[in-house]
Amino acid sequence: MSEIERPDDHDGQEIEPTEPIQDPGLPEHQYRPQDVDESQARRTERQIALMFVTAAALALVFCVSYVVIDKDQTFLNWSAQNFALGASLGGALLLVGIGIIQWAKKLMSDHEMVEYRHSAASDEDDRVAVLEQINAGVEESGIQRRPLLRNTLIGSMGFMALPVVFLLGDLGPRPHSQRFTVWKKGMRVVADVSGAPIKPSDLEVGELVNGEPAVLFEEDETGERILHGTEALQAKSKAAVIIVRMRPEDITPSKGRENWNVDGILCYSKICTHVGCPISLYEQQTHHVLCPCHQSTFDLADNGKVIFGPAHRPLPQLPLGVDSEGYLIAMSDFPEIVAPSYPELARDQKKLDKNS
Amino acid sequence: MSASFTPVQETALGKKAGGPVEWLDDRLGLAGLAKKNLRKVFPEHWSFMLGEIALWSFVVLLITGTFLTFWYQPSMAEVTYNGTYKPLNGLEMSLAYKSTLDISFDIRGGLLLRQIHHWAAALFVAAMMVHMLRVFFTGAYRKPREINWLIGVGLLALGMIEGFAGYSLPDDLLSGTGLRFVDGLVRSVPIVGSYLEFFIFGGEFPGDEIIPRLYMAHILLIPALILGLIGAHMLLLIYHKHTQWPGPGRTEKNVVGYPMLPVYAAKAGGFFFVVFGFTALMGALIQINPVWAYGPYNPSEVTAGSQPDWYMGFSEGMVRLMPNWESTFFNYTWSWNVVIPGMGGLGLVFTSLAIWPFLEKWVTGDNREHHLLERPRNAPTRTALGVAAMTAYGVGWIAGGNDIIATKFHMDIYAITWVLRFGFFIFPVIAFLITKRICIGLQRADANRILHGYETGVLERTPDGGYSERHAPLPVAEQYTLTAHERVPVLEAPVQTDVNGVDAPHGRKEKLRAKVREYWNRDTLDKPTVEDVHHAEEHLGHHDGHPIALGEDFQGVSETGIPRQH
Repeated sequence: MSEIERPDDHDGQEIEPTEPIQDPGLPEHQYRPQDVDESQARRTERQIALMFVTAAALALVFCVSYVVIDKDQTFLNWSAQNFALGASLGGALLLVGIGIIQWAKKLMSDHEMVEYRHSAASDEDDRVAVLEQINAGVEESGIQRRPLLRNTLIGSMGFMALPVVFLLGDLGPRPHSQRFTVWKKGMRVVADVSGAPIKPSDLEVGELVNGEPAVLFEEDETGERILHGTEALQAKSKAAVIIVRMRPEDITPSKGRENWNVDGILCYSKICTHVGCPISLYEQQTHHVLCPCHQSTFDLADNGKVIFGPAHRPLPQLPLGVDSEGYLIAMSDFPEIVAPSYPELARDQKKLDKNS
Repeated sequence: MSASFTPVQETALGKKAGGPVEWLDDRLGLAGLAKKNLRKVFPEHWSFMLGEIALWSFVVLLITGTFLTFWYQPSMAEVTYNGTYKPLNGLEMSLAYKSTLDISFDIRGGLLLRQIHHWAAALFVAAMMVHMLRVFFTGAYRKPREINWLIGVGLLALGMIEGFAGYSLPDDLLSGTGLRFVDGLVRSVPIVGSYLEFFIFGGEFPGDEIIPRLYMAHILLIPALILGLIGAHMLLLIYHKHTQWPGPGRTEKNVVGYPMLPVYAAKAGGFFFVVFGFTALMGALIQINPVWAYGPYNPSEVTAGSQPDWYMGFSEGMVRLMPNWESTFFNYTWSWNVVIPGMGGLGLVFTSLAIWPFLEKWVTGDNREHHLLERPRNAPTRTALGVAAMTAYGVGWIAGGNDIIATKFHMDIYAITWVLRFGFFIFPVIAFLITKRICIGLQRADANRILHGYETGVLERTPDGGYSERHAPLPVAEQYTLTAHERVPVLEAPVQTDVNGVDAPHGRKEKLRAKVREYWNRDTLDKPTVEDVHHAEEHLGHHDGHPIALGEDFQGVSETGIPRQH
């Protein structure tokens, strides 16, 4: 292939130039030191070979490190094993890569080549031939002459999709019980880690603690938790609560909620009504609680009202009471639906309202 | 070069390779295909390497991912941890999380593999995006490469889903929080949300199915799709031949560069080792996703400052910015506050990406093949639109970290959110206007360099005592490169009526199109005409009045008066 190509050359005709500057053609090839001086080329060769040898040595360092470094050893406060393995492997790979690229850049031929492009399209004859073949195929199959066959086939293929859809049916159960949580009347509110029941006197004004329903910590005769694994996680993902104590005069309960607090102790769902993150950042002075995921902010003194952010519904409140031993208990399940909204929410909320 | 008269079959290599080549060709008959492609020419430019980074980081992901599957257990079965990492001893956790801890603490090199895998994933998506921006801003998606652009859009979407699925597998507190968000998002789908949620999670969130299901998608379904699309992407690249920058000898009709064998095989092959080595060093030196610090997933816990992997930041930000709209009608709850930003944000990004080449074609009416890249400045409206889109994306991305910004810079989080809510609509417009002006300014500068030459640094004093800097014409190759782009088309008003005065069909559509086309080209500076250049040559070429000829090799002087060498 020629080194210099002038686009107008092969047309063979002189046209008035429309381009302000004519294509001067490919620039002259510049020789590299390695092309003209064999000793330079040798030097480059040795440098690259050194990279390859070092890479091999680093691969061995990797193997030695794998055997001799204990997993508890540290290096600059960081796992010595991870550092040694990663640095030796990374170093070896980089040296191989850089060596190969150097070889290509410095020693392999650097004469530029020219290849001509062709239109992506096939030529007209080929297209016509393809159309003819498609036509012949359509003709010979009779798909246009026999609409009955065509339509029944399309119809039955449509029906074939049904088994596929039906097979997906057992991916999961139908939606159920989204409006209920494990809370019920008389269940104790317990601390989320220890499971210890909480007395009103345990809480000081301004304090917020994380709570769970007592059922999560209940054990059967054999000492096994009655809820564990997925069931426990599912229960928690709806029933987790926060318990706050504020001065009773700060609380502005809406109608019907006047007796839901115990001496200024209020209990709210911990699950954000936006997309379900557990809210946790409490600002004592303003009684605001902030969801760390998308910053929805709720006013706990004002019935969990949304102050800011993408959440729409207020935080559901759990009516509190005290049992005969003086521990905090729930007076019912949540009267409002907890966790993120779902399409049937409005309907489910109506059902809850009717039953209360 | 040497032995040019010895047939290749009789050279030393020919004798050695002849047998295997014959054996293979007898069975595969690929010599015809190989003949055309083994020495295929690829043009060279640093920006053509971006897609290669994506390709090689995907290979790194396949290799490290395969190792991780040897030890990872995709199960949500509950176990009690009693292992090397003492702070978590006695805690109940899923087998998935326990096996991730074991990989991190008990398998030698396991932590390294996990960290390389995670870094390579972040790099994979980043390289795809930057590659896509390169293709966008240089117009490389134009005919005949629209299908390859669509494949690229598909790859980016799959890459992000793949990354998210992988992020969820360790089942630590952070990945569980991510899944909780997905749960909220799935629920918000109008009418069928609850069904989708129960089907995807196998019951109420979190269920015990999601990890095994995501695992299947993460190691089989999505990688297979990605691999297939990468294959198609590369085949089309080879078929179309790579685009190139215009320059002396580099035209629409040719491709100039180095042959695949040996130069590009070596460069690209070597680059694989560089990408792998780079991610391995990152895995060795920079911690990523320390799952042991977060603890097992617990739906009632979260860490403040929870952040998804970077490529989900845009979606996250859109969800944070959205006002809290929710409504009830037809007895259904419609959670606009989640479904619009959650599904709509990325939906908008990918839809606009997919339709862009066709939209641009409709506007410009350009149906020719393009193999030369366009400098972003020479397509000011496209470039400005791209920067505007990047700005909107950036606003979403910043919003995804609004809590981090608020705490690090002691700013009011609500104020940041409000600024970004408006900024999402306002900043892109500002970015558009500024970018378009910058492009036109750069076009002017190019035209100046051709019409007035470059500043030599040589000061001359006229007989009457005035000083001026002497200008000299640019080397021809450079002048050619600067002018090797399309002229701004001459616009014609669309035909409104035919000869008989009857309204032309599609008249209204054509009118709109003409308007958009006019806007597309508005203020774009055309390159100098032949006359302009003749004029400039006369102006610059004569050194009458100049006492000294500068000579052919002169390339200006530096500030210290030393002649420049280019």
